[in-house]
Amino acid sequence: MDLNFTPAETAFRDSVRAFLAEKLPASLAEKVASGKHLSRDDMTQWHAILNERGWLANHWPKEYGGTGWSVIEKFIFEHECCLANAPRVVPFGVNMLGPVLIKYGNEAQKRHWLPRILNGQDWWCQGYSEPGAGSDLAAVKTHAVRQGDHYIVNGQKTWTTLGHYANMIFCLVRTNREAKKQEGISFLLIDMDAPGVEVRPIITLDGEREVNEVFFTDVRVPVQNLVGEEDRGWSCAKYLLTYERTNIAGIGFSVAALERLKNIAQRQQRSGRALADDPLFAARMARVEIDLENMKTTNLRVISAVAGGGVPGAESSMLKIRGTEIRQEITSLTRRAMGPYARPYERQALEDDYQGHTLGPEEAAGAAAHYFNNRKLSIFGGSNEIQKNIISKMILGL
Amino acid sequence: MNFEHTEERRMLADSLRRLIAEQYGFEHRNQVIQSEAGMSRAMWQQLADMGVIGALLREADGGYGGGGFDIAVVFEEIGRGLLVEPLLGSAVLVGEAIASAGTPAQRALLEQIIAGQTLAALAHDEADSHYELHHVTTRAEQQADGRWRLDGHKAVVLQAQAADLFLVSARSAGNSDDSAGISLFLVPAGTPGLQLQDSATIDGGRVADLLLQGVTLDPDALLGQAGDAAALLERVIGRGILALCAEALGAMEVAKTATLDYLRTRKQFGLPIGSFQALQHRMADLLLEVEQARSAVINAAAALEADRVTRERALSAAKFSIGRIGALVAEESIQLHGGIGMTWELPLSHYAKRLVMIDHQLGDEDHHLQRHIALGRETRT
Repeated sequence: MDLNFTPAETAFRDSVRAFLAEKLPASLAEKVASGKHLSRDDMTQWHAILNERGWLANHWPKEYGGTGWSVIEKFIFEHECCLANAPRVVPFGVNMLGPVLIKYGNEAQKRHWLPRILNGQDWWCQGYSEPGAGSDLAAVKTHAVRQGDHYIVNGQKTWTTLGHYANMIFCLVRTNREAKKQEGISFLLIDMDAPGVEVRPIITLDGEREVNEVFFTDVRVPVQNLVGEEDRGWSCAKYLLTYERTNIAGIGFSVAALERLKNIAQRQQRSGRALADDPLFAARMARVEIDLENMKTTNLRVISAVAGGGVPGAESSMLKIRGTEIRQEITSLTRRAMGPYARPYERQALEDDYQGHTLGPEEAAGAAAHYFNNRKLSIFGGSNEIQKNIISKMILGL
Repeated sequence: MNFEHTEERRMLADSLRRLIAEQYGFEHRNQVIQSEAGMSRAMWQQLADMGVIGALLREADGGYGGGGFDIAVVFEEIGRGLLVEPLLGSAVLVGEAIASAGTPAQRALLEQIIAGQTLAALAHDEADSHYELHHVTTRAEQQADGRWRLDGHKAVVLQAQAADLFLVSARSAGNSDDSAGISLFLVPAGTPGLQLQDSATIDGGRVADLLLQGVTLDPDALLGQAGDAAALLERVIGRGILALCAEALGAMEVAKTATLDYLRTRKQFGLPIGSFQALQHRMADLLLEVEQARSAVINAAAALEADRVTRERALSAAKFSIGRIGALVAEESIQLHGGIGMTWELPLSHYAKRLVMIDHQLGDEDHHLQRHIALGRETRT
């Protein structure tokens, strides 16, 4: 039993820290730390910096431009990036489509698409959810009919995160309406600029545009954009959803957010003393801090088991549930810490170039919005209730 | 990073688990806890012979282990078997105190403790201390002849009626909640002026209040420096906290497995009740919480030799987590079992009782949450 990293892992961590200290632009870190909005350019800038160092696709094998890192190294990298307030890597191309192409794509697809993910030529988004297919993902209705060298796609996708930035979308589409619902699905790559694709914004409860609806009307998709076999797309979908996700608990996000919360609680006053010294508030913070300390070790135990040849499988469901609960609790406490100043909300104040005024402390500007925005954490990526179903089935055997 | 126990520790855990399975079954334990002695001398001797008592103490002190993960491994098995024999009091608390502060003559007691010949108990809590470490009102006064006189009332001492030796905390200086002025005394059972008020417990094992009235002791009964026991008590009790956390973890694992088995086999409405989502999600939560509890125990065991604040914060975090999760596991296990979970005949109910009562030893959930916060302030200032 040894909770410390090996000397090699410690050296690796130090090299990551040195890289972040040198290459992470202060302006980006500052935006992330203060909860400001990142622009499309901010995100592509950070991707380019990582790609230059060869660390963008840290989950990919070396031969495709990945790092070949161990799970522990990947964890360390992601953790350190969070602690340094680096922007998060936009996951759709790098962490989602990339591994699917590497496992299920043909040579031509890999040669064509993988380098474009790395160099930022393509911005991918995810076409999974539909109005009638949320937790029941296999109920997708968007369908593709083969016509010669093309599929003709009709239907609607929704909750398409950053779809308004994307030029490509990977989609689950129904190619066989006779088969059982999981067995008639295919995995298609669709050009967002093709005629018949329309992106409409969905404004979320914080007033922001982060997600979209994508409509497909007689969209022609070349058959070479089919990944894997026709009607076998569910395998790709499942692989993507259960793909080794060392950062699913978001420990690094929580550690950084808790640190910010503690500082805020030192500055905020209640009845002439720091909020951190208020017994009830201190107890709320201590509860989440202890839960997070336990979670760090739970996470490392799972990663360590994977490194030893185990399969992460349903354990990542546990990490997802408790990890998101902790993240949500911290945003909740941060909102509470602002007292009445949690209410004033000028949406534009979270933009980089905001010149107007805000009521109350500057750090209060986004507290409530982040809290509301982060309600999504327990819904997306398989809601926490779906995760409990997975645990019941896969671990408990119920 | 490595979350596997060493070969030696795995072997110790395996043999202990086998011993308990073979000789400490549910029926046997029932007899033990309802017996007048409230413990099994035979089992105690076997634990000693197997080296389990020694595993809780360091080699320099005559033991074979004494590390955080030695304590964790042993007590997880104790929890799985619901053993009531006083490993906590005799080895972890008193044994460690003597090992840390004893004179050569006092340290001679360690050999007897490790061999199971001397059974020792810590008498520290008092009626109004409610887990506060420094609340000691029992008085110790040094007489003109150098001998000590102890007067006071100690609360809920583990397996006191079986103990041959008590380690009693008493105030030789200062006010009732001062950290300075607390002293420790080795008091043999049967010393004149020492009176026991004995009781059974709801979760197994006997306890007693100790009344001290004019207990007179030779100067060499003092363990460590007079008035200087606070730091030692904190460190020793910290090891006890780890032991209790690991014991609770073992009990949780058994309760979890029993509940899961029940969900798979009990049928209602023509189906195993585990097929109902309302119960599946509660069980999934339980599983997750028990994993968090295991991580808390690992964190505490790993911090046992760290600097004071790091160590004590990890211990308080663990005891808080265990208190919260232990009660949850107990309550949910009973609820998921339904009526049968309320019965004496089902072993589960005894695990549930032990889990809840562990929160009443060496500081409960609230106590350790507050302590965790207070220790956090120390790092800030």
